[in-house]
Amino acid sequence: MAAIRGRLAGWWRVAALPVLAIVLALAIAAVVIVASSAFTGIGFFPLLPLYAYGNLFAGAFGSDVAVNNTLVAAAPLMLGGLAIGLGFKAGLFNIGVAGQFLAGAFASAVAGSALASAPLPLAVGGAILAGGLAGAALGAIPGFLKARTGAHEVVTTIMLNNATALLLAWAVTDLVRAPGFTFPRTGDIGNSALPVLLGRNLHLGVPLALVLVFGIRWLLHRTTLGFEIRTVGANPNAARYAGISPLLIVTLTMSLSGMLGGLAGAIQMLGVIGFYASGISASVGFDSIAVALLGRSDPIGILFAALLFGAFRAGAPLMQITTQVPIEIIDIIQALIILFLAAELIVRRVFRLRVRPMEIEGATTVTRSWGAQSVRG
Amino acid sequence: MSEGERVVDEATRSSLPAPALEMLGITKRFPGTLANDHIDLEVRRGEIHALLGENGAGKTTLMNILYGLLTPDEGEIRIDGHPVTIRDPADAIARGIGMVHQHFMLVPVLSVAENVILGSEVMRGPVLLDLADAGERIRALSEQLGFSIDPSARVEQLSVGQQQRVEIVKALYRRARILVLDEPTAVLTPQETEEIFGVLRRLRSEGTSVVFISHKLDEALTIADRITVIRRGRVVGERLPGATTEQELADLMVGREVSLRVDRGVGHPGEVVLSVRGLRVRDDRGQEVVRGIGLDVRSGEIVGVAGVAGNGQEALIEAIVGLRRPAAGTIAIDGADVTRASPRQVRERGVGYVPADRQRYGLVLSYTLEDNFVLTEYYRAPFARGAVRDERAIRERAARLIQEYDVRTPGSTVRADTLSGGNQQKIVVAREFGDDRLLVLEQPTRGLDVGSTEFIHRRTIEQRNGGTAVLLVSADLDEVLELSDRIVVIHRGRVVGEFDAAHAERERIGLLMARGEAA
Repeated sequence: MAAIRGRLAGWWRVAALPVLAIVLALAIAAVVIVASSAFTGIGFFPLLPLYAYGNLFAGAFGSDVAVNNTLVAAAPLMLGGLAIGLGFKAGLFNIGVAGQFLAGAFASAVAGSALASAPLPLAVGGAILAGGLAGAALGAIPGFLKARTGAHEVVTTIMLNNATALLLAWAVTDLVRAPGFTFPRTGDIGNSALPVLLGRNLHLGVPLALVLVFGIRWLLHRTTLGFEIRTVGANPNAARYAGISPLLIVTLTMSLSGMLGGLAGAIQMLGVIGFYASGISASVGFDSIAVALLGRSDPIGILFAALLFGAFRAGAPLMQITTQVPIEIIDIIQALIILFLAAELIVRRVFRLRVRPMEIEGATTVTRSWGAQSVRG
Repeated sequence: MSEGERVVDEATRSSLPAPALEMLGITKRFPGTLANDHIDLEVRRGEIHALLGENGAGKTTLMNILYGLLTPDEGEIRIDGHPVTIRDPADAIARGIGMVHQHFMLVPVLSVAENVILGSEVMRGPVLLDLADAGERIRALSEQLGFSIDPSARVEQLSVGQQQRVEIVKALYRRARILVLDEPTAVLTPQETEEIFGVLRRLRSEGTSVVFISHKLDEALTIADRITVIRRGRVVGERLPGATTEQELADLMVGREVSLRVDRGVGHPGEVVLSVRGLRVRDDRGQEVVRGIGLDVRSGEIVGVAGVAGNGQEALIEAIVGLRRPAAGTIAIDGADVTRASPRQVRERGVGYVPADRQRYGLVLSYTLEDNFVLTEYYRAPFARGAVRDERAIRERAARLIQEYDVRTPGSTVRADTLSGGNQQKIVVAREFGDDRLLVLEQPTRGLDVGSTEFIHRRTIEQRNGGTAVLLVSADLDEVLELSDRIVVIHRGRVVGEFDAAHAERERIGLLMARGEAA
């Protein structure tokens, strides 16, 4: 009994701030909903937030279809969140997940259409692999630059995001444009489409993302490579002293992070979108930053954070249809959550919280790595 | 003389000025430890009172209670005879308590004046700071104390000693009448220490009370009017400097008889383990700081490198352990060339290395003790099987080393930054000492108390007796003289003298260290 209570207390210590940040964000968004209802057709209606949140919940979890939609929306966020979280562990802020997502989506679309009539395991495996490798390659570049020259990964990845989007727009127009369509796009992916396992749309990417959540957790805490990554993040000087090569680890971590970003793009492409055309949304790349922060860079935390954000996305349409509260309220809620995580003092004051100050690894990573020297060696 | 007995008799006591500060029965519990156990401390007006104790004895906890950073579980604080409650540092400042922390609380990019007024800004109008007036007061205060300081200088451009004076001025600017200094000499050169003592004496003559926290016996005897010794959270004695000795204070602090001098015995040098030839090394700015050093260390001998800090010792060590590529020359261990080897390749040859800065290099402070104990060996058996960590082997090693090296900790899964400096150093030493061929020790006991220093010295001798070659670099000449079988003096990146322990004269070595020649 005491053991159970101890474990619950331990969980609460870790999860209290994120959970309360979500509660606070929902409360403030409720005020926004009430206030804006005065200007829409419904008229002033104080209980509207309850109806809206109720429908949001129903849209996300109310039926098998809803749950499937939530999982499908959450899967790429899990992978993107892992990409950011893994970087944080090594003291790196990979803002390039958006670019890596596009590269992964593009590469898997191209490989997928090439393998469209290959046997199913080969087609699916090859297309996913292509997406992962493309992301890894894109992550390796800023990783190597950071390790070798100290070029800050935030700057280089942001630049690469733009370069990637433009390069791919050119590639899909002039290099790999499939014939027979009115606009530039890649060909059909045929057998490379991820098999649907449950219901209408729950594809293979969902279990793949779950496996990677636990795989990355295992990597970080149970393997020597994970120890090296965490040591470089916690104290690069001590890492060098201990015989770890920060050059190698920083490059490798950025590659792994890029690979996860690329895989996020691959499963979205092969499981949902189906073809690459310029202008596809890379918002997963940026939502992933929020997911990693909310999950405190911990794979399990990222799993829950991705499920939450996936639920918002999946449930929002039903909310809009039944209560006329616009989908955009979700963006407000997400922004408020991040705001309260960053300004945790507010959450503490409101809830009179007595838990230890939480370390948002991302925050320390960003502040510390700005102006930091290169970690050559 | 029994413990706890106060040697200050009542006649003397009543002739002293009135107490400015009384702390009565102060008790503070932390999970697993009793940091302060009914501590009584009395500081008179115009008195320098030394608070002496080992690392982790509870000195800093007591002062943090006084400064309002911690709340005591029991006890009372009186200032000028009146009971007070101190809720936070603002309270403490308002009651005339000033604190100079061991790690300075200054903003490097701000000027002296800006730092001093930070938190008590005087405004000229609604938006402008009145820095001119502050500058005047800072100048006046520093002149009063016998030094000069430029209020417009940026703090990051000042030496450590000057920064400390800024801290003192900052406290006095807020009209502190009780000034607490936490280990003020730990970061100072002997010269700067003398200067700060002069400042403290001036403060005393003007009626300020000073609490001087230290674990350095000679300094307490030099500067203090009274000395209170605490051990494991309790007051174990109060002494007057004229009526006690270093030995007595050391015994009180540690709680048993300690030998201030280790019995080194005789080394039995064997084959050459480390061989350095014609070594030249550049620092980060491209300056050649090691300019042609040759050096041999044999198995079963301790070679001490004596030199004033900044004469190339750091670069020499970094080159030997593989953290810095030499510009020229060779380094060999057991005959194998390691001039361009990586840190790991050097370690694989049986080299242990205790770095000078344990928090920067030797430890990952956010890691548990378990992870820190395997920081350099995490990748090999028995701590890893293939690429997977063996948690049980890691836990067993931590348990063994905690016991063997008497690391004071509530457990092996607490973070390293929860331990005191002495215990942190024991973690590094425990990890690096073993069946090494070569041990490189860089300032191994800097900032440590008597008990930990004695312990580490004893272990070092044991390593030598077991056949390890030991290279000891220390800015503390006494330590070098005490431990070394052979002493090498370096000056400006060159070896300028070499002595057998039997023929080492302190004076001559001191002159060589300072000038590079003994004439």
